[in-house]
Amino acid sequence: MSRVLVPCHVKGSVALQVGDVRTSQGRPGVLVIDVTFPSVAPFELQEITFKNYYTAFLSIRVRQYTSAHTPAKWVTCLRDYCLMPDPHSEEGAQEYVSLFKHQMLCDMARISELRLILRQPSPLWLSFTVEELQIYQQGPKSPSVTFPKWLSHPVPCEQPALLREMWALTEMIRASHTSARIGRFDVDGCYDLNLLSYT
Amino acid sequence: MLQEESDLSLIIAQIVQKLKGSNLYSQLERQAWASLQRPEIKLESLKEDIKEFFKISGWEKKLQNAVYSELSVFPLPSHPAAPPEHLKEPLVYMRKAQGSWEKRILKSLNSMCTELSIPLARKRPVGEQKELLNKWNEMGTDEPDLSLFRPVYAPKDFLEVLINLRNPNYENGDSLSFRTHLGLIQVPLKVKDIPELGALGRSASNKVINKKQNMGPRKQDPNQREGEFPRNDSKEKFQDKGCTTGLKHNNPRLEQEKECFVELGLNIGQLGIDDSTQVPPELFENEHVRIGQKVLAEQDSAAAQQYIRQGSPTALRAELWALILNISSQPEDVLYYEQLKTNVIQHDLLVDSLIYKDVKLTASNDDYYFVFEDYLYQVLLCFSRDTSVLSHFAFNSASPPKSYIRGKLGLEEYAVFYPPNGVIPFHGFSMYVAPLCFLYHEPSKLYQIFREMYVRFFFRLHSISSHPSGIVSLCLLFETLLQTYLPQLFYHLREIGAQPLRISFKWMVRAFSGYLATDQLLLLWDRILGYNSLEILAVLAAAVFAFRAVNLMEVTSLAAAEAVLADLSTLKVMPLLQIFLFATVT
Repeated sequence: MSRVLVPCHVKGSVALQVGDVRTSQGRPGVLVIDVTFPSVAPFELQEITFKNYYTAFLSIRVRQYTSAHTPAKWVTCLRDYCLMPDPHSEEGAQEYVSLFKHQMLCDMARISELRLILRQPSPLWLSFTVEELQIYQQGPKSPSVTFPKWLSHPVPCEQPALLREMWALTEMIRASHTSARIGRFDVDGCYDLNLLSYT
Repeated sequence: MLQEESDLSLIIAQIVQKLKGSNLYSQLERQAWASLQRPEIKLESLKEDIKEFFKISGWEKKLQNAVYSELSVFPLPSHPAAPPEHLKEPLVYMRKAQGSWEKRILKSLNSMCTELSIPLARKRPVGEQKELLNKWNEMGTDEPDLSLFRPVYAPKDFLEVLINLRNPNYENGDSLSFRTHLGLIQVPLKVKDIPELGALGRSASNKVINKKQNMGPRKQDPNQREGEFPRNDSKEKFQDKGCTTGLKHNNPRLEQEKECFVELGLNIGQLGIDDSTQVPPELFENEHVRIGQKVLAEQDSAAAQQYIRQGSPTALRAELWALILNISSQPEDVLYYEQLKTNVIQHDLLVDSLIYKDVKLTASNDDYYFVFEDYLYQVLLCFSRDTSVLSHFAFNSASPPKSYIRGKLGLEEYAVFYPPNGVIPFHGFSMYVAPLCFLYHEPSKLYQIFREMYVRFFFRLHSISSHPSGIVSLCLLFETLLQTYLPQLFYHLREIGAQPLRISFKWMVRAFSGYLATDQLLLLWDRILGYNSLEILAVLAAAVFAFRAVNLMEVTSLAAAEAVLADLSTLKVMPLLQIFLFATVT
């Protein structure tokens, strides 16, 4: 299934904190990031990809049009998704994450706005956020890659469509060349070196 | 569900891609073609018949072993958006730290070059090549002047780098608070605790349990001086507990937790304990040897890895390790080794002198290993020329140093890696090879085993990474275990300025090679292979401290603490591990 990047505008993160942000000693444990799609009509969200930076839990709310005439409503589509199994340690702290529409609590049709609610309960980290946020919608149905001829003959078994796709992928990789090394470390028989390079 | 299935297909595609370039693939193809002549292969059911033929002739097993080997070595494919550096090391600050550490090493090597006016690499004149070829089997008799050479770095230099490792996003306040690490390592990596390491639910599948229960208390181990660990009492207590609770429930978390050292449990037979002279061999040893022979006959890597968790009989160890590491000496492998030998003879590298110096300083002075000096040169010199080692840098946080052919600085077509395998040896590097010389006598097989051990385990001991088996995690695991289970000892040592890691670091970096007696070391390395992880090194280091705790509580300086822990050659590894994991009273 292909996907298409949706151009979005990511607003700066807003810390949710009780009391005055400037004078208070503690660090905020909740951040909210708003994502708008200024030039795109309400679309069906397929995938969200981002790079985590010390966020422990993620909730996502979307502004969704349920039908043509009613105003858009905010719906929670992901609640407390765990990014760091132990918020005090580094596990999962800088990982790349993908969230798909089948993991969401509601259907993702006709989205006009996105709100990411980031939580980091541990006071050990100076800051936390998510980076390189990318939103994808469903791409055109037919893939643009050309498959080998034998694929046009249907596989005579009861495999579901998904398994057939996976098998096709495996076959394609198999058809490509190997990357075995020859083992030469010199250049045309010459390996006279002076100094190591720092770059 | 969708995600897991597509992950699986990605892993399959990756493994297929890797195996396509291997020897096994062409052998399988040849076998498949040859099998067409067999009467049982019919055209209508060609695919099934050939698959059946592979199963019967043992080729399927070889393929299974190859796939298992790939799964053990290579990390799972990462997120498609993740750049290659992310696979090497996900944490940015660790990558940076590794980068600056490497720069220091390069500077050190370059300054050695310029001071001594020796090129990094040069082609040997023909006369010198002939001479080296004649002397190949006795390079140890050579006494070159190495006084001006010094090792590029020693483990203690590396320790200083690790001590100064800081996460910029972490609260590193000066004032003491709950967030301060009391040990030397100040990065908050996730490390396991004893319940995760040890066993809460023991698998009571061993018939030996019943027999052991009926046995009287064992003769006191002569090494055990202190009365602090009443081994017999606690052992029986735990045996009873293990028997009944183990039979009643199996902790489901442990079944998934591959890292747990369940098989080291007190009620499970171990080589290193249950093969000692006081224990009748019918109880455990004979059966264990029999199972080992069966595993070897089956030629199943996964079964061998599971089997070796209880230790390997000395007679079977060489073959078992080769099976687990998926090394079979084919003619092509011998040829490859000969090619590396030719490379050594043709080109002279500065790294060679470093290797000579290291061997002379460490292995040659060791009572157990000095006899293998010639083997060490033959393996390490060839190792430096082996470009196939470069592929492990995909998942190693380190990067191979680069250089340019003389006169072609900056031109990418003349960029090469130096040394060809990208690994610069440090002080003590030859100790990784030395214990293997007890197992393998044929140079090309010894070489293959060492290379595989290096790209699976040893590289993690001298590069900065967040991997659970990386040296940083091992150090943190050691310090955490000591603090949690021996807080008085830890506090005392800290107060006298003898941070425990300063003493145990050199043991872990060398995987205890040169510190333990060889038979004990090999039993330890059995478990490293069996559990596919180096965490056991940190556990053993903590266990050694626990064992000598009484003496350590009386010392008043770092030097005195070092003296207490200077000689580990009398220690028995398995009892120490069992006591620490399963019998320490908190």
